[in-house]
Amino acid sequence: MVTYHRHVDDDHVFKALADPTRRHLLDRLFERDGRTLTELESELEMTRFGVMKHLRVLEDAGLVVTRRSGREKLHYLNPVPIRLIHNRWIDKYTERRVSALAELKTELEETA
Amino acid sequence: MTTMTAQTTQVYSVFIRATPEQIWDAITKPEFTAKYFYGSLVDSTFEPGAPFLSYSPDRSQLWVDGVVEEAVRPRRLSHTWRALYDEETAAEEHSRVTWEIEPGDGGVSKLTVVHDRLEGAPKTAANVAGGWMYILSGMKTLLETGEPLAG
Repeated sequence: MVTYHRHVDDDHVFKALADPTRRHLLDRLFERDGRTLTELESELEMTRFGVMKHLRVLEDAGLVVTRRSGREKLHYLNPVPIRLIHNRWIDKYTERRVSALAELKTELEETA
Repeated sequence: MTTMTAQTTQVYSVFIRATPEQIWDAITKPEFTAKYFYGSLVDSTFEPGAPFLSYSPDRSQLWVDGVVEEAVRPRRLSHTWRALYDEETAAEEHSRVTWEIEPGDGGVSKLTVVHDRLEGAPKTAANVAGGWMYILSGMKTLLETGEPLAG
């Protein structure tokens, strides 16, 4: 059994994103996924231990997923938690505007 | 808009308050895929070697074809994948999709999707990058609330 203590709240995701180094790491993975710690470390002016700590926070928040490939541990960007926050926090507040646009589209297409 | 560079392996994961069996059903039954997978209807016996097919909502078009490589209900499913809904991806080689389901405590399971063998399918790689994110968040919402995602 694995303990998934963090699934219920978004706190870990918000906390993980509230740091420029961690956002930078996500951007690097967005550009090219499946990188090793050594690769990621080489682009940052930070100790290996420091980068490891940040990656750990990202992994705990589910924003980074690691897979083993031979002897290497590869880091992948997992955008699903960001999508869930989007669904929860953005869709809710933009729903009215989007549905107004959808109505406009229907109306314009009907008259076209 | 920036797009993700096409990757030869992509990994996505999500925690879902559901049993592995429920997640397995969501992956393998068309009445579920219709609600979170762009309305598509999955069609397969999910036995190794059997075709893996996915149809448009009205079944008039075949959207995805492939072959089941591995099926260990309710923990692991692997099948090849070629998207036929787009001329460019249809001309590419088959890639592979693997679903891994791990049970956890508190009725929460972890679902991981690995889309690999994308070396011969760069258009597919670019095409599905945002798609899996949408699909997995949609599946989570469906299984946890019983409602499909709006829009």
